[in-house]
Amino acid sequence: MTQTTPEGSPLLKAIGLTKYFGDRVGCRDITFDLWPGEVLGIVGESGSGKTTLLNLLSGQLVRTKGTVSYWMEGRDLVDLHQLPLSQKLYLMRTEWGWVRQNPREGLRMQVSAGANVGERLMALGIRHYRTIRREVVKWFERVEIDVARVDDSPETFSGGMLQRLQIARNLVTQPRLVLMDEPTGSLDVSVQASLLDLLRRLVSELKLSLIIVTHDLAVARLLAHRLLVMRQGEVVESGLTDQVLDDPHHPYTQLLVSSVLHG
Amino acid sequence: METAEDFLMDIKLRAEGIQKSFVLHLQGGMVLDVFRGVNLIVHAGECVALSGPSGIGKSTLLRILYANYKPDRGNVWVEHRGEWIDLLQAKPYRILEIRGKTIGYVSQFLRVIPRVPALEVVMEPLRSLGYPPKECRLRAEILLRRLNIPERLWTISPTLFSGGEQQRINLSRSFIYPFPILLLDEPTAALDDLNRRIVIELIQEAKARGAAVVGVFHDREVKEAVSTRSFEIPTEKIS
Repeated sequence: MTQTTPEGSPLLKAIGLTKYFGDRVGCRDITFDLWPGEVLGIVGESGSGKTTLLNLLSGQLVRTKGTVSYWMEGRDLVDLHQLPLSQKLYLMRTEWGWVRQNPREGLRMQVSAGANVGERLMALGIRHYRTIRREVVKWFERVEIDVARVDDSPETFSGGMLQRLQIARNLVTQPRLVLMDEPTGSLDVSVQASLLDLLRRLVSELKLSLIIVTHDLAVARLLAHRLLVMRQGEVVESGLTDQVLDDPHHPYTQLLVSSVLHG
Repeated sequence: METAEDFLMDIKLRAEGIQKSFVLHLQGGMVLDVFRGVNLIVHAGECVALSGPSGIGKSTLLRILYANYKPDRGNVWVEHRGEWIDLLQAKPYRILEIRGKTIGYVSQFLRVIPRVPALEVVMEPLRSLGYPPKECRLRAEILLRRLNIPERLWTISPTLFSGGEQQRINLSRSFIYPFPILLLDEPTAALDDLNRRIVIELIQEAKARGAAVVGVFHDREVKEAVSTRSFEIPTEKIS
């Protein structure tokens, strides 16, 4: 696990974040800090509000209550939900990455694999073709996709390759914060391990802050420094990953941990 | 001659008033009281063997000293880079930093990402501290050789290893960096005679360089060889 030595201020700060869908609770009163270089895991079963929380953090969903502050590059803490749409979109293309469970949702399937990675650089204003090509090749190597496939359509890629491509697309702009929603969820067990290994290395080399939503406690244990356990839209327990998993205090966490099947 | 002040200055770890119970919510809220009022001071260069019958909470105490288990009460002070920090009050990132540089822990289980080669698993604690890859590799190789892990296994994931081999990988990971505090949970449980003797040597060397060692040793020969004193976990239960 990487060492995290936060300096100054948290990168992201959620206070009392709440979302109702009519009468139904999406998330209630979520408060936490995310420090630079920290990997935060959000665990809980389906329907516990994990993905809703990601959508709230990124400002994709309108909050009912609470605030999300983000330390923008070269600026002060900004309230994400009050940021103009254009700036929010700019953040999403540059300082933030979002790796979806289904890589097809995070990629553009109608353009080449290489273009999927190069596009994000162009969005940063880089126009020099050879610079872009060089970065794309570098990232193909980094996520271990055969460089010969750079001009191929992603439609010809396997699930594991698509997920690697999505990761390259997100990381090429050197984001400061990456959100991942069940990144290994759609993959065969045989490729999950190598993807986990890749993620762990990239996170520690790039000193990324990462929020990873997963229902797989083994994935959480291997990647996350810290965990939030969610149930019915609320955080019922939080703390250092191994503390939460080895000495769970809340009844729901005890149930989650004791329900894991050991193969 | 050592003065009282020298003796105090040599303290590396100080656990005070530790109380631990488990509440088993899935068993109708059954409460398991483990211990209370545990006080333990460990100096540089000594090896404290936690003792007492099985089930008294030796491993539990060791895990509390690593901030892996959360006690109900108490403090665990450790000297981290010249500063005294209460592990039980420290923020998660701080605990990780302390585990990376100050406290090494050998558990009975190896938890690693499948398919990562043994050599890299052993190098990792040094790599995450920013040591150059070459040096990490060299030090990992020295330990793997010393603990008799055949070279043909170095490129294979330890998830495929036998229990004894996995334990030696765990040991290699914890002895690759000179941690000022070492916590050992039955470090020789699955080892043969030859490797057991090597682990004894490694522990002696750690003491000689001034590490404060706390361990659970079921193996009497190992315990007698390495421990400088025993610590009985008090049996007084919470009434």
